[in-house]
Amino acid sequence: MLSLQQREHRQAWVLLAPMLVVMFLLTAWPLGRTIWLSFTDAALIGSGGAPGYVGLENYLYALTDPDFQASILRTLWFTVVSVAIEGVIGVLVALLLNQRFYGRNILRVLVILPWALPTIVNAMMWRLNFNPDYGSVNALLTQLGIIDGYRSWLGSPDSALNAVMLADIWKNYPLVTLLVLAALQSIPDDLFEAARLDGASAWRRFRAITFPAIVAPLSVALVLRTIDAFKIFDIIYVMTRGGPVDSTKTLSFFVYQESFSYLRAGSGAAYAILMALMCGVLITLYMIMLLRQRRRSTANET
Amino acid sequence: MKSRFTLRLSVGLIALIAAAGSASAAKTQINALFMTQAAYSENDIRAMTSDFEKQHPDISVNLEFVPYEALHDKIVAARGAGSNGYDVVLFDAIWPAEFTKFDLLQDVSSRIAKEERAKIFPGALKTVVYQGKTLGMPWILDTKYLYYNKAMLQKAGISQPPQTWQQVLDDAQQIKAKNIVKYPLVWSWSQSEALICDYTTLVSGNGGQFYQNGKLNFTNPASLNAVTLMKTSLDKGLTNPASREYLEEDVRKAFSNGDAAFALNWTYMYNMANDPKQSKVAGDVGIVPAPGDAPGKVGAVNGSMGLGIAKTSQHAEQSWQYISYMTSQPVQNKYAKLSLPIWKSSYDDPAVSKGQESLLAAAKKSLDVMLSRPETADYSRLSNTLQQQLQQILQGQETPEAGLQAADKSAARLR
Repeated sequence: MLSLQQREHRQAWVLLAPMLVVMFLLTAWPLGRTIWLSFTDAALIGSGGAPGYVGLENYLYALTDPDFQASILRTLWFTVVSVAIEGVIGVLVALLLNQRFYGRNILRVLVILPWALPTIVNAMMWRLNFNPDYGSVNALLTQLGIIDGYRSWLGSPDSALNAVMLADIWKNYPLVTLLVLAALQSIPDDLFEAARLDGASAWRRFRAITFPAIVAPLSVALVLRTIDAFKIFDIIYVMTRGGPVDSTKTLSFFVYQESFSYLRAGSGAAYAILMALMCGVLITLYMIMLLRQRRRSTANET
Repeated sequence: MKSRFTLRLSVGLIALIAAAGSASAAKTQINALFMTQAAYSENDIRAMTSDFEKQHPDISVNLEFVPYEALHDKIVAARGAGSNGYDVVLFDAIWPAEFTKFDLLQDVSSRIAKEERAKIFPGALKTVVYQGKTLGMPWILDTKYLYYNKAMLQKAGISQPPQTWQQVLDDAQQIKAKNIVKYPLVWSWSQSEALICDYTTLVSGNGGQFYQNGKLNFTNPASLNAVTLMKTSLDKGLTNPASREYLEEDVRKAFSNGDAAFALNWTYMYNMANDPKQSKVAGDVGIVPAPGDAPGKVGAVNGSMGLGIAKTSQHAEQSWQYISYMTSQPVQNKYAKLSLPIWKSSYDDPAVSKGQESLLAAAKKSLDVMLSRPETADYSRLSNTLQQQLQQILQGQETPEAGLQAADKSAARLR
């Protein structure tokens, strides 16, 4: 005779089983297959025979491939800089939108628009903005007297990656704003009132009241953005296709090219696994940071 | 009551099934993949296809269009769809080696009679033939030409279009000095296949080849001259620096806008740049074969494309009927203003030549000398590496010698 607890356990498993099967089919199986592929010389489309096992060859090749190393650094630069800027702008805009002023609601809607735009549309729009002949960026900077002639922003390896980053930042800072603004609105006004009566400066009020309230949603926003930015692909595909001189070839684009343009499913899978591992490291670091923060804030409360 | 309802239901069902059955038996649907481009535009291809469907009521063609840059990957990825993929695909002259290796297209050698073959330009036929197999029918016969703005040349006191690349640079210098246009030359040098086509045209004009003793070689004098010319024209301010992010359409727009005196581009630009509705320089557009390094020499790249049947297609017969129609002489002649016919005798037809005599005169010289880009199963990788090296040179990050040596090295590493 099973105890009540045992029966409940069993029932739980029965109820979970269908979902576990679906999850296995959708996640574990493709992942397992990708890992297996990464140890073979499989082509994306078979020429008949079964792919051969090559052991760690793909990984060794990948790790010594200077192009791959360069694209890791490029991707990290892209991720760190754009996410940092998105964080700062996001918080500043959220603080601004939390103030009471005329037309605030309209502005709130406008700020969210870029984020609601499909990435492809955003990328096309920025490609036009950066157009060397009639782009608005050139027109604006020339009229302001910042540059003396039209430049080819996406055609120069010095500026192409930054131009793509600008497009990414413009599209994604509203997510940070959105989450931070929601947190800001949950702070009761009395807290600020009391602090003001106690003579706390604006900076002190921000540090003691505002920041602790927004730190959790901000971290979540930044984690989400980091993972997204690390995988950046669509904006690059539309704006530069990895050029010029590979200056915008990020990891995702690298994996795409290896697998779909060169048809090397095996080494493409190896690159993809390495990329997933790097993404895993990033996420772990963030999780540790988040947990520490939570521990610190609960310690403060008690 | 109940039985009558059941009876009515089953009669209805049978009728429905019969109707569906007869409809599917009557009509075969084939899926065709094309690219969005300017030569035969999407509308033109739709018009051709609907004419075909009128003549073949038993076949319906489902069309899909993607940009050239996505065409290769789309064809390859569709292989996974098996018989649900495409039946007819448009493919570029550079892919037959790779497509043969992976067995992506059906060999249609037996479908084209010998007499038919003899009527087609050999250069066009070469596009679809690899190692004795014929992978389809050539459809777009194309190469790059040198376009020039007659009014600008005249203004600069130049009476004849240039005969050599050195003359192009000299003329450009003169035009720039007289302040007629800021950057006299415009090209498509973005990190893409377009860059390789411009480069190949120059290599061909310098009398070069890509293979020496069966091995790829990019450091030969012709190749070095080609790249040096590209770089010099940038350094001297003769080439629009934005060329390094241009595709062919950007070149057309710059030229049509009167922002360039010379441009290298495909056939399609001729009639579009001469169309007052979309060009400010209509009537002033001159065309000559891309020159070479000596008077009388001509350079050209094989930029043709063909229509083939996917290996997995279940409707090879219908697909071939469609391809035959699309590549047939009457259809090609009808649309000759957009893309030159593959049929030799088309050029004797006044309806084809009227209004584009100078294009045909240039084509006669260019089509004979079209240089093919390297024929290798690993072409995509080779092309990408070469694009990167060429751009490195054009951006001034490497000397032409060092860049081409690096290209040689990576070509040797291709597996």
